[in-house]
Amino acid sequence: MAAAGRADPLGVHGLLVLLYSGVLLAVVLSSLFEREPHPERLSRYYDDPIKVGVALTMIWAVFGMFIGVWAAAQLAWPSLNFDTAWASFGRIRPAHTTGVIFGFGGNALIATSFHVVQRTSRARLADQFSPWFVIFGYNLFCLLAVTGYFMGLTQSKEYAEPEWYADLWLVVVWVTYFVLYIRTLARRKEPHIYVANWYYMAFILVVAILHIVNNIALPISLAHAKSYTVWPGVQDAMVQWWYGHNAVAFFLTAGFLAMLYYYLPKRAERPIFSYRLSILSFWGITFFYMWAGSHHLHYTALPHWVQNLGMTFSVMLLVPSWASAGNALLTLNGAWHKVRDDATLRFMFVAAIFYGISTFEGSFLAIRPVNSLSHYTDWTVGHVHAGALGWVAMITFGALYTLVPTLWRRERMYSNVLVEVHFWLALAGTLIYIFAMWNSGVIQGLMWRTYTAQDTLAYSFVDSLVAMYPYYIARTLGGLLFLIGAIVGSYNIWMTARALPLSRSEQDLPVVDDPATAPAE
Amino acid sequence: MRELFHRKLERSALGFVFAIIAAASVGGIVEIAPLFTIDETVEEAPDMRLYTPLELAGRNIYIREGCYACHSQMIRTLRDDVERYGPYSLAVESKYDRPMLWGSKRTGPDLARVGGKYSDFWHVAHLTNPRDVVPQSNMPGYPWLARNALDVDDLGLHLQAQQTLGVPYSDEMVANAARDAMGQASPDSAFADGVSERYGDATQISSFDGVTTQVTEMDALVSYLQILGRLTDAAYRGTVAEEQVPNPNN
Repeated sequence: MAAAGRADPLGVHGLLVLLYSGVLLAVVLSSLFEREPHPERLSRYYDDPIKVGVALTMIWAVFGMFIGVWAAAQLAWPSLNFDTAWASFGRIRPAHTTGVIFGFGGNALIATSFHVVQRTSRARLADQFSPWFVIFGYNLFCLLAVTGYFMGLTQSKEYAEPEWYADLWLVVVWVTYFVLYIRTLARRKEPHIYVANWYYMAFILVVAILHIVNNIALPISLAHAKSYTVWPGVQDAMVQWWYGHNAVAFFLTAGFLAMLYYYLPKRAERPIFSYRLSILSFWGITFFYMWAGSHHLHYTALPHWVQNLGMTFSVMLLVPSWASAGNALLTLNGAWHKVRDDATLRFMFVAAIFYGISTFEGSFLAIRPVNSLSHYTDWTVGHVHAGALGWVAMITFGALYTLVPTLWRRERMYSNVLVEVHFWLALAGTLIYIFAMWNSGVIQGLMWRTYTAQDTLAYSFVDSLVAMYPYYIARTLGGLLFLIGAIVGSYNIWMTARALPLSRSEQDLPVVDDPATAPAE
Repeated sequence: MRELFHRKLERSALGFVFAIIAAASVGGIVEIAPLFTIDETVEEAPDMRLYTPLELAGRNIYIREGCYACHSQMIRTLRDDVERYGPYSLAVESKYDRPMLWGSKRTGPDLARVGGKYSDFWHVAHLTNPRDVVPQSNMPGYPWLARNALDVDDLGLHLQAQQTLGVPYSDEMVANAARDAMGQASPDSAFADGVSERYGDATQISSFDGVTTQVTEMDALVSYLQILGRLTDAAYRGTVAEEQVPNPNN
């Protein structure tokens, strides 16, 4: 790549790949001379890749959220890009979305999936090398993506911006991930596959399908980063939003529901309220979501029948979504005193609430007449962040605070006060953000369609922009609080891993060899 | 009995995998495949012309700078959209767009029909520092576009890739891509005639940024902005009230 793309930004990426693999190779080689590991390790869970995954999750969280705050500030104070190309809004905006969705969310999903699949199957990860390949390969993809945007490399397909070579690389990583996951499941000592694993499997499989179909493109040459998608115009719009909406469904919902189904009952020490409800919501989400993408294209040149299908299925989606949220909240029955006292569990409780709110809002916004007001405005941005901050990030923090002490074998987190501080920063930040965006979105939508008594449009576009400035400042503040919370959380996790003594009690379930002794689910 | 079946399904990882793929495939297949087979999906517009190499290069700069993050190119079938921006967008108008740039957010106004509404000079001033012409604007400035020379050498490869994907560029257009890009931004030069010959007399040939000595990224981007909504006038025909195509010389 470095050689072929000398005259193109592709060359820079080639060098980056060389450097990245060089460093990893050096690490691998330097361990060649260490002592042979004890064979007994094979009877334990393989947790080292998860530790690295957790660290990367928090690094990406801070990076992605920082870029987000910066982008938000640029909308209020446009000179904050200092007239540089790489820092202008159009380039850092995908760096923010990729940083938080794929960097933060993706690493959290991979790390927790490795943890959950081992615990619920009571089996060690199926391979020694491939977990590392998945984690570092995936992060190379994220790195190529984000550095590419700063240089102006993008396909412009939202949430699928990376160019063809990064996309191909992700396919390789993803297939490895899938094979590793299925092989580990095949080793399970429990007869039934636990519900969290259904969601992780749906996440891995469907994201693969979406990624491949949406990213089929023809590069202008193998030495150039630029490519053209095979999908033209209206078909591209449909494919893109079929992808875009289901990236929300299977990346930002299914995978995080998997976290919810494992870490919430674990922390609350209560069994899942209803097994039947979890079956209903799983298949409902898997089937209905794939139809809903066209609600992003209401009143556009997309044929009417597709818009109507998208709207109908979006409304129906409320049933499985609320079944999941309700199932999670009812699981907390009998543990409400813990929700009051334990900020970690409260993170997950609030996440389930926000999941319920934002799925309701999603179905609502998908109704055509509502969408005519909300579409293209900040209301959509507010809706996304109700889901992203309130649901995805909160469930992740709750899961991480449950996972980290077990992983490093500590009694508890370094500081429960800091978890509490993080919780309130995150909640305040989210609320400020979404209230600002609800207000600005509704005002903007109304101003665009207000008519004077003489039947002419009452406001010019720039009038509606001027009305947005106070809200853009408020949302920057909300985002900043959330970012500070993430930094506090990272510090707390770091100190837990570094400063606390090893716990003496064995909290983890052991790997079982004999299926006869394995307790039923 | 469904319960019993699901308990069985839960015991087979591969069974579960196939069940997920089956359940998740239906929606996409039903909604996407017919878009290629139902003829009414994309209207006919025999007069529609192709992007010139310069406009295509400008489009790629539009993509590179992430303009689509704040500007849509899709006028919806809503009264206020149509009165603000012009006749609603037709599917045919983006049939050569790979990818489409319909957008999802209007932090700035819709650009589907911005072509011809402002002068070249206005666009250059606006892109260099938006607050010089719209004091309330929060759009970033793009002063470097006027400094960067446009890379015209690869344009043949771009057109060729589009041709492979089915965009009706002729071999002659592919072969002359770099010349035509230079020509469109250099009126009175020897290259300029070929542009009108290959892409039609209505093609705007102009020294977009006011500098004729070199072809810059600013030239390309402005040429693209000026063609938006003007590849075909299909959207102006057959509407309830016949509308006028904007004329930049008016």
